[in-house]
Amino acid sequence: MENILVEMNSISKSFGSVQALDKVELTLVGGEVHSLLGENGAGKSSLMNILAGIYTPDTGNIKIRGKQVDISSPKVAIDLGIGMIHQHFKLVEVLTAKENIVAGYDKEFFIKGSKLSEKIKNISLKYGLEIDPDKKIYDMSVAEKQRVEILKVLYRGAEILILDEPTAVLTPQETEKLFDIIRNMTQMGCAVVIITHKLNEVMEISDVVTVLRKGKYISTVKKTETDTNELTKMMVGKAVDLSIERPPVGERKKILEVLNLSALKSDKTKALDDINFEMYTGEILGVAGIAGSGQKELCEALAGLYPITQGDVVYQGESILGKNPREIIKMGISMSFVPEDRLGMGLVASMNIVDNILLKEYQKQEGLIISRRPSKEKAQIIVDKLNISTPSTDSHPVRLLSGGNIQKVLLGREIESNPHVIITAYPTRGLDIGSSYLIYDLLNEQKKQNVALLYVGEDLDVLMELCDRILVMCNGKITGIVDGQEADREKIGLMMSGAYKEEIGL
Amino acid sequence: MRIAKRSELTKVQIVLVRLAAVVGALIFGGVFLIILGENPLTIYTSMIDGGLGSFFRFRETVNLTIPLLITSLGVMVAFKMRFWNIGAEGQIFMGAFAASYFALNFAYLPKIVLLPLMGLAAMVSGGIWLLIPAWFKAKFGTNETLFTLMLNYIALKWVTYLQYSLWKDPAGMGFPKIPSFEENALLPKILGIHVGWVIALLLIYLAYIYLNHTKTGYEIAVIGESEDTARYAGIDIKRVILKTMFLSGGICGLVGMIQASGISGTLSVDLSGGVGFTAIITAWLSGLNPVMVGIVSFLFAMLRQGGSFIQTAYEIPASAAEILQALILFFVLASEFFVRYKFVLSHKHGTGVKK
Repeated sequence: MENILVEMNSISKSFGSVQALDKVELTLVGGEVHSLLGENGAGKSSLMNILAGIYTPDTGNIKIRGKQVDISSPKVAIDLGIGMIHQHFKLVEVLTAKENIVAGYDKEFFIKGSKLSEKIKNISLKYGLEIDPDKKIYDMSVAEKQRVEILKVLYRGAEILILDEPTAVLTPQETEKLFDIIRNMTQMGCAVVIITHKLNEVMEISDVVTVLRKGKYISTVKKTETDTNELTKMMVGKAVDLSIERPPVGERKKILEVLNLSALKSDKTKALDDINFEMYTGEILGVAGIAGSGQKELCEALAGLYPITQGDVVYQGESILGKNPREIIKMGISMSFVPEDRLGMGLVASMNIVDNILLKEYQKQEGLIISRRPSKEKAQIIVDKLNISTPSTDSHPVRLLSGGNIQKVLLGREIESNPHVIITAYPTRGLDIGSSYLIYDLLNEQKKQNVALLYVGEDLDVLMELCDRILVMCNGKITGIVDGQEADREKIGLMMSGAYKEEIGL
Repeated sequence: MRIAKRSELTKVQIVLVRLAAVVGALIFGGVFLIILGENPLTIYTSMIDGGLGSFFRFRETVNLTIPLLITSLGVMVAFKMRFWNIGAEGQIFMGAFAASYFALNFAYLPKIVLLPLMGLAAMVSGGIWLLIPAWFKAKFGTNETLFTLMLNYIALKWVTYLQYSLWKDPAGMGFPKIPSFEENALLPKILGIHVGWVIALLLIYLAYIYLNHTKTGYEIAVIGESEDTARYAGIDIKRVILKTMFLSGGICGLVGMIQASGISGTLSVDLSGGVGFTAIITAWLSGLNPVMVGIVSFLFAMLRQGGSFIQTAYEIPASAAEILQALILFFVLASEFFVRYKFVLSHKHGTGVKK
């Protein structure tokens, strides 16, 4: 007898003119891991936020354990035994695990320390969640924080658990551990939903897969009755070749050298710790690591946007240390940086494409008055070349474009300046599969033209397929640089967690 | 009932929402006038009549528009950069102070030299008055809102001190006033209204060019949107902040000179008439667009002039007109919410968990 815990029928939700969900169905069964698969913007998170009481659906109804309910707030959801673990953890850094777990839940006035620790330990043992209840959150690794979040919802009696992209921040080894915990939970009769777009994980952990596409419900299938090709087809709407091209390394000349680079975070801990590596023309150097291991600071330091406390960055024999981006350009060095935060750093969100192209052009113009004509022509060239869909280049703010088109504007502008070095941070984050592959192609094309590229990525499979060498970072240090073609997933995983160090050869 | 996000409205729709807000305010104000025992329609028509009905009334409206408009342009430049200059009042006083210094001590200079000198002095001192908080903000990241607000009081008290003590007119028979300017230091009139209106129109044009077609104007817009993007593009943020704030304070300072030289004929504590604060509202309501600033400032001035007209004509207290002004503001500000959100009726099937 199947134990149906949740039935969501014909759920629709729109945000303004965007139809986020259109008559979506979902049934969750106790003891099963249910993967919610879809591209960015498919509506996975929206659907789960509705189940967790954060959004209210426009139409549709929800039954929990066979009874119709109105989940009007997260509180109601918790009372119904629904717990969601968000992608961005919602923990109080200065409190201990224990305090975070009871915060806002226990009605008693005093925290009964030892009794509580006991209770938490019991739950941890039951599910195999290793946690020290008295450890402060800021002392914890990302994986530990995630376990606190899981424990928090279990403590509140959750029987239906939703995990939003839980593996995005984990190393392969930590992912394995998480999957063990999930299996324990299903054995106890819980229903677990995993929101993801990583197909190999879907095939590994789930029992049932529901695919959404652009807010529409596509299908629900048993894992044993499907394969990755079929799932991709459902997800994208057409068959896609998922292999990434890796053109041979071109003329390999040293162009940029990073020497003993160190930098501090705002809390004076080391963001970058004695970084040494070299970049070569005609090569893509990948950077792997758990989110927040210093990738962002590394990119910004290279681009002259992050204060360096020690070391040097040498471009063809010339130090570019302590210079801002404009001075670097003035030195005749053409370096392009495609930052992680596209609308907050790379582009001006409320301006149109022309004015965004102007961002890198206007300082080259003579006099006080700006001429928009050259940028307008350039904008048209980029729009045509990269096939950007926009109603206009000079009256439509870029923030209203789709994620893929926004990235095309940014990358297009940077490529159009004919750089010798391109630094990209998570260039395909938030993009659909088609746009991601277009970005890989664009980067490869630059590689063929002997540009030196730095590619900071989060998906190990992509890094291993695309990059010629992969630099692995952990806690601001380099734990190894490996050859992309011979890279070993497990080994990179260990390097990401700092458990293993490779002699830096290559 | 719950709140849902709207799709982006077109510009026309946004204007319609705002117009609806003004109409709403007038209806609401009408109810208020009925309670006072007046016919709202007659009151409203006589307000328009009071603001535009004769040349004399029109001139008074323009006289009120000029300082409001120029000050709005001044604060608008700062607002574009998300620098909340609410210290225009202080900058006006400091500008008026510097202009008066020259008017009172260099009255022997020919008019053609003296007036530009007064204007320049006013702009420099108004600019410096805003440069102080701007420097602290650029250097130490201090909060400019409080800083500029507090500087208002320092400027006001400084002028009070001048009026009541240091610069008090010995021939004023004990009355606390500063001596009137010589004819040399008074603004000439064009078409019967002092020359400030020409300056105001010119400034609208210059502000439009500056914000939309110059490098600095572009940099201001980028910084206002995101400092990270500005850093990324290699913009020297501190320099642009200081430069722009000097300009913003300078424009407000000029208002001090125009008021002292064109309206009151001397420096006094009543010189600003509160435009430093009203300008925050007009600049914001006009969507930080220089041309709209002109229109909105004129409408606000008309409301005020019409308000003082109905005061004498119907013996309604001027506060009634001020209430109307506040209502319009309140409604327009509230309408911003409806530009982005709407209310949706939700089909209820009980609340919370069904047992």
